[in-house]
Order: sequence, then structure tokens, then C-alpha cells
Amino acid sequence: MIAGISIYEILTLSSILFFIGIYGFFTRDNLITVLMAVELILNASAVNFVLINTYLYPDLLQGAVFSIFIIALAAAETALAIAIIINLYRIIYSVEVKDTEIMKY
Amino acid sequence: MDILSLFVIVPILIVLALTFFAKDLKQARLISVVGMGIQFAMSINLIFAYIKERAVNTNIMVFTKDVVWYETFNIHYSIGVDAISVVMIALTAVVLLAGVFISWKIDDLPKEFFISLIALSSGVFGFFISTDLFTMFVFYEIAVIPMYLLIGIWGSGPKENSAMKLTLMLMGASAVLSVGILGIYFNSNADGGPLTFNIFEIAQVNIPVAAQNIFYPLTFIGFAVIGALFPFHTWSPSGHASAPTAVSMLHAGVLMKLGGYGVFRIAMYLLPVGALNWSDFFLVLSAFGVIYGAFAAIMQKDLKYVNAYASVSHLSLVLFALLMFNRTAWTGAIIQSLSHGLLTAMFFALIGMVYGRTHTREIEKLGGIMKILPFIGAIYVITGLAYLGLPGFSGFVAEMTIFVGAFQHPDLFHRILTIVVVSSIVVTSVYILRMVGKIMMGPLSNEEYKDLPKATWFEKTGLILLLIPVIMIGVLPLGLSEMLKESIQPFLERLL
Amino acid sequence: MDFSYTILIPLIPLALFVILGLFSKKIPASISGWLGSLGLGTSIALSLYTAYHYFMDGKLEGVYQTFVYKQTWLIFTDKLHIDLGVLIDPISVMMMVVVTTISFMVHLYSRGYMHGDDGYTRFFAYLALFSFSMLGLVLATNLFQMYIFWELVGASSFLLIGYYYTKPSAVAAAKKAFIVTRFADLGFLIGILLISYYTGTFDFKDLTSLDGMLIAGWGASASFMGLSVFTWGLILIYMGGVGKSAMLPFHIWLPDAMEGPTPVSALIHAATMVVAGVYLVARLFPAYYFVEDGFALQVVAYVGAISSLVAALIAVTQTDIKRVLAFSTMSQIGYMMLALGVSKYEGHEGLGYMASMFHLFTHAMFKALLFLGAGSVIHAVHSNYMQDMGGLRKYMPVTHITFLIAALSIAGFPGFAGFFSKDEILVAAFESNKLIYYSSVLVAGLTAFYMFRLYFNIFWGEDRKYKHTPHESPLSMTIPLVFLAFMSIFAGYIPFSQFVTADLMPFEAHLNLPLAAIASSVGIIGIIIAFIFYKKPSDLPERFANAFGFIYKWIYNKLYFDELYIFVTKKILFGVVAFSASWFDKNVVDSSMIGIGNVTVSVSNKIKGMQSGKLQDYAMSFVGGIVVIAMVVFYIWIN
Repeated sequence: MIAGISIYEILTLSSILFFIGIYGFFTRDNLITVLMAVELILNASAVNFVLINTYLYPDLLQGAVFSIFIIALAAAETALAIAIIINLYRIIYSVEVKDTEIMKY
Repeated sequence: MDILSLFVIVPILIVLALTFFAKDLKQARLISVVGMGIQFAMSINLIFAYIKERAVNTNIMVFTKDVVWYETFNIHYSIGVDAISVVMIALTAVVLLAGVFISWKIDDLPKEFFISLIALSSGVFGFFISTDLFTMFVFYEIAVIPMYLLIGIWGSGPKENSAMKLTLMLMGASAVLSVGILGIYFNSNADGGPLTFNIFEIAQVNIPVAAQNIFYPLTFIGFAVIGALFPFHTWSPSGHASAPTAVSMLHAGVLMKLGGYGVFRIAMYLLPVGALNWSDFFLVLSAFGVIYGAFAAIMQKDLKYVNAYASVSHLSLVLFALLMFNRTAWTGAIIQSLSHGLLTAMFFALIGMVYGRTHTREIEKLGGIMKILPFIGAIYVITGLAYLGLPGFSGFVAEMTIFVGAFQHPDLFHRILTIVVVSSIVVTSVYILRMVGKIMMGPLSNEEYKDLPKATWFEKTGLILLLIPVIMIGVLPLGLSEMLKESIQPFLERLL
Repeated sequence: MDFSYTILIPLIPLALFVILGLFSKKIPASISGWLGSLGLGTSIALSLYTAYHYFMDGKLEGVYQTFVYKQTWLIFTDKLHIDLGVLIDPISVMMMVVVTTISFMVHLYSRGYMHGDDGYTRFFAYLALFSFSMLGLVLATNLFQMYIFWELVGASSFLLIGYYYTKPSAVAAAKKAFIVTRFADLGFLIGILLISYYTGTFDFKDLTSLDGMLIAGWGASASFMGLSVFTWGLILIYMGGVGKSAMLPFHIWLPDAMEGPTPVSALIHAATMVVAGVYLVARLFPAYYFVEDGFALQVVAYVGAISSLVAALIAVTQTDIKRVLAFSTMSQIGYMMLALGVSKYEGHEGLGYMASMFHLFTHAMFKALLFLGAGSVIHAVHSNYMQDMGGLRKYMPVTHITFLIAALSIAGFPGFAGFFSKDEILVAAFESNKLIYYSSVLVAGLTAFYMFRLYFNIFWGEDRKYKHTPHESPLSMTIPLVFLAFMSIFAGYIPFSQFVTADLMPFEAHLNLPLAAIASSVGIIGIIIAFIFYKKPSDLPERFANAFGFIYKWIYNKLYFDELYIFVTKKILFGVVAFSASWFDKNVVDSSMIGIGNVTVSVSNKIKGMQSGKLQDYAMSFVGGIVVIAMVVFYIWIN
């Protein structure tokens, strides 16, 4: 619990973080930046876990633990995604989202 | 192991043997011919065993067996045969064996070809021995689906397109059929008791008339599409034209008979009231199909198309006879199924032989082949004459039984339709003689044909295998017709 | 009395066919000809024995008995079943003798005529098949057995006409013969279906018995367009006879059928198969006579009379000698038909029936002789056309004399066989229908004229330029000629009315001298005109033809019947019906099926546009979806 800061302020922060992530996810052309946007979304949710754990259930630890999971997951996911992107780059020499259309149906 | 299940198991064993032991064409065809020979011997044995069993057993079905397969929905693997299934099994075995002989020299993926062909046959045999709707349907699908591969891979011409058309239309029909079958299933306990798929248990209860009126046309059309009912026949010309010889033989000779058999055994037997209510509608369709198919055959340029339309005409005659609802016409319908199966298989085999040598199937380009290939020519003429219903061959017996039977119908409208249908024999002779006269007789159309290779021993064997039953039925039909009549009795009783 | 051995008479040729057919490659030509002749020799011996036995002892209280031996072949319903077997009565015995005699003669003759041909054995196999089928037809015990063999003779005729199968004209003729007769047979079959439906039997014995369902029950039967269904049935059955016997309007196949080898023409298209129609009517004669007071029989009479007149006219103009003989055959069969048509049933009133059978018998002899003689001529000069012949009497004396005998016989010259039988026909016609009588007398004159036109053109006149000098045919060909010539004279002295009558009771027939005198003088006038026209080359015939102008042309072109048929089949049936059926199939039925597929594909195409492949689009719709769902849930939750 942080003095002088209510849950709402931090929730606002995480919402902003989340929507920046969504916005970035939708608008960026570069796969790497899309990946960064995904990281933002994950971070927003990690913040929310910690926050809600601290403010609403201070005697429990699951939320905090879960956010650690999310960080680990994010790292794994990033590694995987970067691997895909590199492979993609080797094939089509581009990391632009619009060039990956060939993978449709 | 009981005598019937072997018919399903032997093909599966052959398929396994082919998969693991066949290395090249020689081994593949050796295994296939031995396997199908066993199958053929079994079917001959079955006929005699049936006659012996029939003398002491008065049940509708003999050699019955029942194994629970899936209890929740009361699905059984239940089997049994009557005379109708016995002759159909014999037909399948003959056509298959002949088909293997005709495919003796298939050079493209021979092992896989024989595997698909024989896998398909286990479905056909299974269909004919089942007495459980669900099992029957499963076998039906097994029989129909490999056709896609057989045509799509080993076919000729626009094979992918034809294979797709054929499979899609038959699948569409299966969809309709499955609705019909489920309709029967969910109405099978009108008198109380659990739902059942067993044909003879369903025959004991009276399905409500309203349900019969709805589900009869669905079941009928579901089966009749593969029996080439107008206007759902268009898969057949292109499908047969693209299919390799043995597949055309098997498909036109046997698979198309599944339609008439299913209509008779399921639609009419289980839904007799619906059958009577809908009979006029389907009767007109099938009578139209007889004449229409015959006329359409006159104008075709491709030999296989001629035969395909001829099949439409002859199989519509089967449906027509089934819709006459009397014993004689029904007997005729079954003999016609047999006869058409044998003759059309012969025709496709002959066309395949001509095509294999001249590389064309266009009637205009062929001529005078008999001079070069006397054996094939002679059999071609004989088949043609048998096809147009010459006495002494099975076609005559079948057609006359149908015509006389149909004409015994007390209703004037039915008799007039019969006269219309009878006139198809003239149109048939026109297209058959046009084809035979053009391609076999007359002057040689192309000097290159002078050195065409003569018929080989395996081609001769295949043809003679098919010709023998044609002549046997044609010369001494009494035993067959009496044997069938006996088995038709329960169907007749259902109508009353 | 036991006649069951007669079953061997058709079975011997069948066995021959099977042997010769299966081993046609292995049996050398020299054996197959002898084998065929030997088999038919056995058959003829058996049938002559049967005839002797039957006509001597077959009577019971003055009535010829009918013997039936049969075996069930196929059962349709409780009442209807097909039996195969033999029926022995006067006409079947008579026909059996005719068929085996002519067939045997043709076998002997063919050994010479077909010598050196590639398909020698095949030819004899076909001949055996034909003999078997024809004998089966003749001995049929019921309508359906007759139909079976009716179809088989049609098929063997197809095979024999198309014997030279590499020749397009022969193939076309064979097809035409088969299809035209098949169309007529359709009538036959429908007739059988009709009659059997109402009477419940196929059996000749039941159908012709005077208290049977057919004859006694026609009054109570259903009617259609003012006529009893039985009459319709009989007319339809007769349609089959019209087709096979080449009567108007189904005669068009017969002239073309001359494409077959000449012995075949003699056997099938002159003596045996083409009289099957006459035989059919004779077989069912009581039914034709009694049902609806003989309305169907009237049809028979008029069809016969018109055909005989038309055919005789056409025969006058033809130049192909085999075609002249073909039209002559048609004309003579018309004679037999009209004789049946004017006949009554009992005693002497049944003269027409007897005359018809008598003429059938004599005609078979002299017409077969004419054809075999023509074959001998063709063999010598290698042409069918009169223009290529002339003065052959010096080179071919035997052929010449026998041909002359046959021509005199068919022309009705007194003392020859044709004179007696034709006279009986004219008497029968005179007693019953004057119109038909006058037409038949005219035909008698025309017959004499065209036969002698043929004779003078072939054997008299100038020599033509022959490639090599014509010579007399070998002994194997002339022996049958001599035998048939003998028969063409003496067959007329057989007291036929003692043997073959409508009511199976013999009666005394006498020569009607005034009528015979008229007929034979008309015939002699015809011969004299032919003598003037054709004995020496002159321009008389041409001037005559020109005088008639378009009528001559009309007749020369066979009244344009062929053109009419070609129009109906090619233009209407093929061009309109068949073409539209296949067009409809391709463009409507198939297209609608393909259309269903196309609709599915295009719908799928529309839907798959949503699958853009852009990650962000997917995410956008995902988020959008969640937002929408959230709003809905929220809305519901609030309320």
C-alpha cells in the first residue's frame, strides 16, 4: 500500500499502459514494435495483478506470484516471437506486418 | 469366423498384405488377383451355401449374426443375407475379379491403386451384408469415398473436376440420406421400446404416416442419386469418363446398384406407406429418366459417355420397376441390376481396351476395329446385342420381367407409362448399333491402327468371366428368378 | 403319337452354331462347310420324317391334332410364364419343312459361293444360328417364345446382312434392318403385353381356342377409341409381322438388306424370315378372324394388298437384280397377307388361309431359286446391275434354265407351281373382296412383266464387255438350283388343302378355270410385253419411262419412303429430340448442379475476404468483439 496514492490512480496508469499497448499493436507496421506493444499489454496486466493483490487481499501472495509468471511468460514469448520474426525475415526479407499476408488461408 | 464377415475381412487382409508385402506391379497384382480369386470362390460358395441353408431356414435373413457395437445408441454390427444380397455379392465379386484382370498393366502407383480398389470393395461387401442401418451407412461411405482418390489420381481427362463433382454430389446425397436414416431411427419406437437401427426390428413397428411421408423422399433421393435418378445423374457421365477402366467397371457395375438396393431394402421396406404416397412422383421421374437417358446417349461423341447415359437409362428402369410394387417387376428390377452390372462392366472394360490401344474414345475417330482385333470386336458386338436386350442374354430376361410385371399393374396410368418405357428398347438399339457399327465395323478409320496388339490373356479372362454369367442368366433364368421371388415375399407383405 | 423328337430339329443347328462359333479359328473351311450341311441334312431328314408321320397319322376323326411339348423357362406371375418347346400342327410342320429344305440347299450352295472367303466358318456359324432361331420361331408354343426367336432371327439377320462388315453400305443396311424391325417389334411386344394382360396367357392353344378368353371374351373387353383392346393387341402384334415381312410402311429395310451375301438373301430375305409375319397371322388366325368380326384381319388384307401392288410397281423400275427380287418378295408376301386377310374360317371358305400357306410354300421354292440363280449370275459377272449383264444363256446353261423355270413359276404360267397357289389366292380374293381381287390381278400381270424383264435382260440381249468370260458355276451351286427348279414345278401338285387348313379339317379344293384363265392370260400378256421391250435392245422402255415422267421417277425412287424415314429419324428424332435431350442435360441439369457448386464457391470467396492475413485486423476484430460482448453483458447486468 502506497501512501497518498489510491487504487484508482494506479488502475488508471495500468489502463493507459494497456491501451497504449493496444494502440501500438494495431497501428505499428514493424513486427518488432508490435512485439513491444504486446509487452506493454503484458506489463499492464502484471501491474494490475500486483496492484489488486496489494490493495484488496494484502494477506495473500498469489497476485505477486502471478505477475512473476507473467514476466517469465513474456520473456519466453518474446524469445519465440523474435525467433519467428527472424525466420520470417530470412524468407521474405522484411519485418513489416503487411508483408506477412501470404500466410493467410 | 462366420461366412459373411469374411467378405469384409478378406479385403482388409488383402489391403494389409498389399501394404506390407507388395513391392512392385507384379507382386501387387498377384496378391490382388489371388485375394479377389478367394473372394470370388467365397461368393460362389455363398450361393450354394445359401441355397442349402434356405431349404431348412425360413427366416427372412440367413447366416445372421449380431454384435453390439456402440451401446448408447443401440448400434449393432448385425449381418445376414437373403437371395437379393447373395446375388449382389456374387456380382461384386465377379466384377472385382474381372477388374483386377483388366488392370493387369496399370503402371502408375499400382500398389496404391489396388489398395484403394480393394478397400472400396470391403465397403461394398459390408453394405450388402448389413442389416443395421447405421452399419450399412458406414459401409456405404467406405464404398463411396475412395472413389475420389481412384478417379482423381488414376483418371484421365479433367479428372480432378470429375472426381470432385462425383464425390460432392454423392456426399450431398449422403447428407440427405443420413437425415432420412436418423428420421427412421428416431421414429423406430412408436410402439414403445428403445430406439433401434436394426432393419427387422424397425419393420416390426409402424412408423407414423406423417414421419413416413417426410423421411421416405429423403431416403429415396439419398439412395437414388447413386442410382442415377434424373435429375441427379450428372455426376455419372463425367465421373465414368474420367475414371480408369477398372474403376468405371466397379462403379457403374456395382456401386450404382447400391442405390437401387438401398431404395428397396431401406426406403421401401421400412417406409411402405410413404413409398406408396410418393410413388407417382418418383415413377414419372424414373420413366422420364429411361427415355431421356436413351435419347441423350444417341448424341454423345465419347464412348464412355454413351455408356454412362445408357446406364442412366437402364438404372432408371430399375427404379421404375421398383416403383411398380409387384413381385414380378421387383424380380425384374433385381435381375436388371445384375445384368446391367455385368454388361456395363464389360462395356467399360472393352472401351478401356480400345482406348488403351488407340488412345481415343471419340466415336468419329474410330472405325473397323473388329478386323484388327477380332476377339475384342466379337465380344463388343455380343455385349452390344446383349445390352439392347437380345434373347439368350441376361438383358432380355431382366427387361421382359420388368415389362410384363409393370404391365400387370391394375392402374391404367402405370400401364401407359410402361408402354412409354418399353419404347426405350428401340432407342437403345439405335445408340448401341450406331456405336458398334461405327467403331467395330466399317472400313478402318486410321492406318495406324493396323498393328494394334491383339487381346492378351488377362483381358480375355476378364471379359469371359463377365460373359459367362450373362449367358447363364440369359439361357436359364428360372432358378435365379424363383430364388429372388422367394426373398421378395417379405417386402410384398410389408405393403399390405 | 410322340413327336417329342422334333426338338432335335432346332437343337442340331444350335449345336452347330456353338461349335462353329467357338472354334471358328480352329476349324478349317473345308470341314465347316461339310459340318453345316451335314447338320442341316439331319434336320431336313428329321423334319421330312415328321411331316410324313404327321400328315399320314396326325388326324383324329378327320381333324389334325396339335401336339405340344414344352418346358417352363421363366415364370412371371401365377398365370403368365414363358415356356419353351415345340408345337406340332399342320402349319408348323409345313414351315419346318420349308425352313430346313431351303436352309439345307443354301448350305450346299454356300460351300461353292463363299469359297475362299475369309470368314467362311463364321458364315456357316451365322447360318446355323439363323436356322436354329427360325426353327424355334416356327415351332413356338406361345407368343413369348415366338417373340424370343423373333428377336433372334432379327439378330442373325443383322449379323448376316452385315457379314461383309468392312463395307459401310453393308453395315448401314444391317443397322437399318435391325432398327426398323425392332421398331415394329415394339408393336409386337406391346401387343403381347396387352393381350396377355387381358387374357392372362401367352399360350397359342389358349389364344386360338374358340372358347378361350381372347375369342369368346372380346365382346366384354375394354375398348379404346371404339375398338376392343383385343383388336388393338392383334393389330399391334401384326405390326411386328409387318416389320419382319417388309410390308408397307416398314418395308424400307428389305431392299438394303440385299447387301448381304446372296445365299443369305435367298434363305432369310426371300424364303423364311420374311414370311414370319405371314406365319404369325396364320398362327393366330382364329383370333384375327373372330375378334371384333375380323377387323384386324381387314387391316391385314389391305396392308397386304397395298404392299403387293406398290412393291410390284417399284420392282418394274429397279435395275439392281437383287433389288428387283427383293421387291418381288415383298409383293408376293403381300399376296400371302391378303390371302389370309380375305380368308374365312370353316371348310372351303377357309380357302384363303390354305392358299396363303400354299403360296408361302411354293414361293419359298421358286424365290430361293431365283435368288440362288441371281447369285450364280453375280458370281459370274461380279456385278448386281442389269446394265452389266446380257446374253448369259450361252455361258451359263444350267442357271439359265433353272432361272427360267422359276420365272415362269412366279409369273403363274400354267402348269408351274406358282400357277396353282396364285390361282387359289385369286379365287379367295374374288369370293370375298372385288377391290383386292382386281389389284391382285394387276399385280399378277406386273409380276410376270418385271420377272421377264429381268430374265431377258440377264440372259438375252447383247453380250457385255466382261472382264473374263462368264462360266457356269461349280456343281455345289448348280445342284441346289436343279433341285429347287424341280420343286418349282412339282410343288404345285401337292394337294395342300388336304393338309393345311384354317380349321384343321381337310377339304377338296378345285381349280377355278375361268379365274385361272384370266390370271394366266394376264401373266402371259406381261411376259409378251417384256419380250417386246427387252428381248432385243430397243429404246421402247426408255420412251415408255419418259412418257410417264415424274411418276416413273417417283416409283423409281421407291416413292421416297427412304427419304421420309431419313427425315423423321435424322431430322426429328436425332436432330430435335436427341439433340435437345443432350443439350438439356448439359446446359440445364448439369449446369444447375454445377451452379450449386459455384454459388458455394462464391459465397466462400466472399467470406474468405475477411481472412486478410493481417495480424492487426484479426486483433482489431477480436478486441471489437470483446468490447461489443462486454457492452451487451454490461447492459444486461444493469437492467
